[in-house]
Amino acid sequence: MMRVAFLVPGGASGPVISLDEPLSFWGGFDPETGRVIDRRHPQLGRSLTGAILFMPTGRGSSSSSNVVAEAIRLHTAPAAVLMSGADSIIALGAMVAEELYGLTMPVATIGDDEAEVLCGWSNARLEPDGIISAI
Amino acid sequence: MQLTEDDRAQLAGDRGGGVAMAMRLVVRLAEAQGASRLIDITSAHIDSCLFHGLAGLDFAERLVEFGAKISVPATLNVTSLDLLHPDLYRGDPETARLARRLTDAYVAMGATPTWTCAPYQSTVRPGFGEHVAWAESNAIVFANSVLGARTNRYGDFIDICAAITGRVPATGLHLDEPRLATIVFDTSRLDKSNWLYPVLGHLIGKLARERVPAIVGLPPASEDDLKALGAAAASSGAAALFHVVGQTPEAPDLETATGGLAVEVVTIDPEALQAARRELSTTTTSAIDGVALGTPHASAAELRRIAELIGDSPLRLPIYVNTGREALITSGVEEALTAAGVIVVTDTCTYLTPIMDPRLKTVMTDSAKWAYYAPGNLGLEVVFGSMEECVRSALAGEAQFE
Repeated sequence: MMRVAFLVPGGASGPVISLDEPLSFWGGFDPETGRVIDRRHPQLGRSLTGAILFMPTGRGSSSSSNVVAEAIRLHTAPAAVLMSGADSIIALGAMVAEELYGLTMPVATIGDDEAEVLCGWSNARLEPDGIISAI
Repeated sequence: MQLTEDDRAQLAGDRGGGVAMAMRLVVRLAEAQGASRLIDITSAHIDSCLFHGLAGLDFAERLVEFGAKISVPATLNVTSLDLLHPDLYRGDPETARLARRLTDAYVAMGATPTWTCAPYQSTVRPGFGEHVAWAESNAIVFANSVLGARTNRYGDFIDICAAITGRVPATGLHLDEPRLATIVFDTSRLDKSNWLYPVLGHLIGKLARERVPAIVGLPPASEDDLKALGAAAASSGAAALFHVVGQTPEAPDLETATGGLAVEVVTIDPEALQAARRELSTTTTSAIDGVALGTPHASAAELRRIAELIGDSPLRLPIYVNTGREALITSGVEEALTAAGVIVVTDTCTYLTPIMDPRLKTVMTDSAKWAYYAPGNLGLEVVFGSMEECVRSALAGEAQFE
């Protein structure tokens, strides 16, 4: 049984995608399509919509909160974002989308050992109490 | 978490629904960050005025509708439009209309319409040790590193919430210990050049990731050099603060910068710097179609330097330069630049919004940040060079290097 620490609590499930390198949502992710558009990112073109997304740390622009909120509004966002370090820029985008639209994209931090296990799973379910398991 | 009576009054809606919504987000952020209390700020720099979609507009208009006003002085970052030169905008008119509505909302809340990503180039700027809530990654890193003011990496939404409530969580770079350097970069083997600072920033941002770098052995840097270094480091990594030993205010010596703790030392050799420079270009062609300067917004000194480098020579390729209104007026070279054919862009940035001629497929820039984002945003190829190389290339009609 593995547990995450929520910045924005909520439940979600979906395919696990692990980003090989940090991604700035602003400039690196298109909220219209839900895809990675950073041309230097190894996962360029990959859709993140509906994924349990693991990223080691956030990167770059402080506009990313806005892009995250817009993606949640457009239903192109990941199902949940899990990070090694607490990144308030992504969390804020999720908090604002919840405030405005009542839509929740959970954001949480996860330990390094747990992250390694998570990245071996194809699909995962995150419970609102912070338990995460393979499905 | 400890809230003051005033914090609780704001939260309860005693000053209206807009203030309550702003305080709700400040408190949620504080809880997510594990803060035990909130602290006062003296100013804010707001990035949320840049249009990214309806979510940002819905947010700002809800705050206005519920009567929110700023409670500390707040400057505004770039918008998606050049409000002084609206004809430069080539984008969708509906997007322009929505972007304009967004700027109106922030002005309605009382923020100053500065429309610049380099608010630190103003005569009014935060002093050493002042707590501020700044957004825009290059402004954040400059405020912390060069001014010694204290701000976390605030992003869209929380910037205006902080300006409305005057409060932020007492976490991270507002405290003493997280400001200490946790990795040291020795640059004493590097020669000074016109492109050293942005390229070094790009490299250090990547290597340091979330650690606070202290740089030793750096050739004397101007504020413009430190601006380029910080902007690059904030784009390639998550840098919000760096120290240059002997040059920035919290690093009179290495021991002060690190708090006397032993930290990893990484030596940057000239080969690594060259490799980092190559990384900033997406192509090795010399067939460029134009030049983009001023990311972050050119200072008055940089505008004068560009005018000086052009002199009386005719431009073979267009040069776009972004700047802020105040820097443009201070520079005194707006007419000279315009007469030389330079396209002066204010209030926005050429990588954010459709301003550049769409026939430009390969563009040379002196900005690591522009080089990082323009390929994704604008779908074009980028060649990196110093400002001097960029201007010389625009005069020559092809990319030329020192």
